[in-house]
Amino acid sequence: MATEAMEQLARREYKQGFVTDIESDTVPPGLDESVIAFISQKKGEPQWMLDWRLEAYHQWLKMTSPSWAHLDYPPIDYQAISYFSAPKKPEDRPQSLDEVDPKLLETYEKLGIPLHERAALAGVAVDAVFDSVSVTTTFREKLAEVGVIFCSISEAIREYPELVRQHLGTVVPQGDNYFAALNSAVFTDGSFVYIPEGVTCPMELSTYFRINAANTGQFERTLIVCDKRAQVSYLEGCTAPQRDENQLHAAVVELVALEDAYIKYSTVQNWYPGDEDGKGGIYNFVTKRGDCRGDRSRISWTQVETGSAITWKYPSCLLRGNESKGEFYSVAVTNGRQQADTGTKMIHIGKNTSSTIVSKGIAAGKSNQSYRGLVKVSPRATGSRNFTQCDSLLIGDKCGAHTFPYQEIGNSRSTIEHEATTSKIGDDQLFYCKSRGISEEDAVSMIVNGFCKDVFQELPMEFAVEAEALLSVTLEGSVG
Amino acid sequence: MSLPETLVKRLHEAPVGEPEWLAEKRRAGASHLETVGFPTRRDEAWKYTDMSRFSSLEFGQADSAELDQARLDALKLDIDACRLVFVDGLFNAELSDAAASVGVTVTPLSQALTGDQHGLSEQLGQLTGIDFSAFTALNTALTKEGVVVNIGKGQAIETPIYLLFISRNNASPVMSHPRILVHCEAESEATLIEHYVGEQGAANLTNVVTEIQMSPASRLSHYKLQEASQSEYHVASIQVDQRRDTNFTSHNLNLGGAVVRNDIVTDLNDENATVDLLGLFFGQDRQHIDNHTKVNHNAPRTYSNENYKGILDGRARGVFNGRVYIKRDAQQVLGYQSNANLLLSDRAEIDTKPELEIYADDVQCSHGTTTGQLDENAIFALRARGIDEQMARGLLTLAFANEVMQRIRHGALTDRVERAVAGKLPDRFNLESLVEDTSL
Repeated sequence: MATEAMEQLARREYKQGFVTDIESDTVPPGLDESVIAFISQKKGEPQWMLDWRLEAYHQWLKMTSPSWAHLDYPPIDYQAISYFSAPKKPEDRPQSLDEVDPKLLETYEKLGIPLHERAALAGVAVDAVFDSVSVTTTFREKLAEVGVIFCSISEAIREYPELVRQHLGTVVPQGDNYFAALNSAVFTDGSFVYIPEGVTCPMELSTYFRINAANTGQFERTLIVCDKRAQVSYLEGCTAPQRDENQLHAAVVELVALEDAYIKYSTVQNWYPGDEDGKGGIYNFVTKRGDCRGDRSRISWTQVETGSAITWKYPSCLLRGNESKGEFYSVAVTNGRQQADTGTKMIHIGKNTSSTIVSKGIAAGKSNQSYRGLVKVSPRATGSRNFTQCDSLLIGDKCGAHTFPYQEIGNSRSTIEHEATTSKIGDDQLFYCKSRGISEEDAVSMIVNGFCKDVFQELPMEFAVEAEALLSVTLEGSVG
Repeated sequence: MSLPETLVKRLHEAPVGEPEWLAEKRRAGASHLETVGFPTRRDEAWKYTDMSRFSSLEFGQADSAELDQARLDALKLDIDACRLVFVDGLFNAELSDAAASVGVTVTPLSQALTGDQHGLSEQLGQLTGIDFSAFTALNTALTKEGVVVNIGKGQAIETPIYLLFISRNNASPVMSHPRILVHCEAESEATLIEHYVGEQGAANLTNVVTEIQMSPASRLSHYKLQEASQSEYHVASIQVDQRRDTNFTSHNLNLGGAVVRNDIVTDLNDENATVDLLGLFFGQDRQHIDNHTKVNHNAPRTYSNENYKGILDGRARGVFNGRVYIKRDAQQVLGYQSNANLLLSDRAEIDTKPELEIYADDVQCSHGTTTGQLDENAIFALRARGIDEQMARGLLTLAFANEVMQRIRHGALTDRVERAVAGKLPDRFNLESLVEDTSL
């Protein structure tokens, strides 16, 4: 009975698959220097930016796609992807929600995210990315009052070239890895945030990424710079319409935290995971890295990963400042034929740095999930502290859960702890709940929620609600 | 990585008078090694152990197994055992005492090959094949000596089988490739001790391959005590095939060696097979000790338990890579793994990677690793009792190692390891007086 309920979970359907029919200004598939020049020109970028992209492209040409991850997918034809897709009339950007294409608003309605209401009610400034260009940004003025810059990266390149040039690629260099190099060459949009010295951002910043238009890779680039003693909480959420062909998403996120700064970066990712046979679905190859550059700075990554056919993602922290702090909280749910190879890297460089890793993996159906993490303590990072916990829950006998934690410890005055467990939902736990009148479905839901609680409580409230909703959608199929 | 010329030449020298099946295996090993070459740090399994300097080293081969009795007495374990002594890989019959218990045969490989080779052609390379690693391929191509052990059906052997490998301080370093083949027949019980020691300054390569076959309901305690000189290269590849109701306990104790690599793989191939992997490594100066273990739960209701402890001082580097694999449908498996490390110096390094690869849901698996320093509260507690701080640290370091040492079921062996560990502790811990006391 228990297994039956759990197997039903494996048969849940993607609830948010639909397509909005908006004309796209798309270049033909393929990648060469002219495509990069086209993107750069389309975005009205200065010469240095184009040079930077081309430099990345030349490095990418010399690299090969990584094969070390515990993932299985056919080789990607990078010449079959279209590298630019923008909603119609990009130069004529809407100034308010009224001017926004009603079909786009409809998309958000379908997803249950009424943009205007949400922005007003939740006090969230939304930089909504529909395909590759930011089409609306709210609360700009309110943020401008305190000097916070929150805009699309393209706009930032035009408006604040000094700031962008100073920080872009300093955390994730162009040639960092295969997908980061590709992103550096062809990124089309993303967000830029700058929080000036001593400012606590008055609201949580949020970007909703959407993927539309078949065969279009999504290459987002996000750069967040938090100056001394500044604080910001950034929310990123993703859902995507149903598609037949695999879509490649290779985003790069760079965070820079100066002295005493605090960046909290939260993600809920629910892209189309493919159908029961694993057909379609998003390839999510993301490079996320935070640089705790200043003393006592802090960067916190929280992620809830439920979507994508393939996830390849390791949000990391470079703990360079003394007493800086890195955190990683993750819930990853895989189902059907989803594959996820995810984890984090904590690189302790400064003295008395600390990091916490809590990773919860739930594998169901025929999915495979791996936690891959690195904790590196350099010889001079004395007094460092790491605690890692990664737990896996297996639902069904066709899935797999794997743990590959790397630890490289180079001094004697640091304390590193790692714990990992793998098990299934215990029959005794289910029996306990059922004997108290709780239905099996509710019990499974309750146990899974409890399993993830450590991570959910790290999410900002709006996201916590969404994450729990996502999880209950996941579990909905198991009712009855 | 390309192989040294002299080695390539040696790989193609076919020993005369050997049976064709062995010559064939040697050729396969040589050709495999020539294809894959020695591992580099780009190979995931050798990420932390740099073998590049290895390929530029030249090793000859020993031509005699001479060793005087006094030297042997200084190096050997003082235990009552069926003892085979190898010097630089060559068998020394005079120093050996191969009188085995009833129901057990212990034969040097060279003798087994000239005598009745019944089953040997199948046994050699069946478990630890040439594709296990470049070093097993090298061993297959060049092995000259080793041991063939057979524990008879239903025999419970009290007297341990003691294999002593002595490495001499030669004018030019030599290499040896011992091959140990063990078959524990059904319902048998035995203890096997592999002991590696060396003269001061010995800088040879010992590349040993051990294959252990365990028939249903057999039990084996396997001790591997490696106390080679601090300039010795030591590579060991051990593979165990466990059948129903078998119980294998491995004590992997590493105190010596310049560059040490141990691979221990056990296949739990039938229900109720149990394995205990215990390990202790202690590196100082520039020692490099790498332990790789892999437990393959290929059948339901199989159990594994692993506990490795490492102490690193000076500029030593330790590597622990433990993998627990659970095959699809191998349900109701329990797998536990723990690795704790103590760094005594800021220039020491530990790289640890406990891995789980799980394809069945009804299992309980966990692993834990810690790296850190001694508990300040415990040090305080000892100091409050009049023990000075350095000695308190020494005692607690010994206590740390003791969790593994106390599982050693042989008095003489326990003594030897305890003394060796205490002896390796830095002088600042000032434990010498204490060590004297315990010997009384």
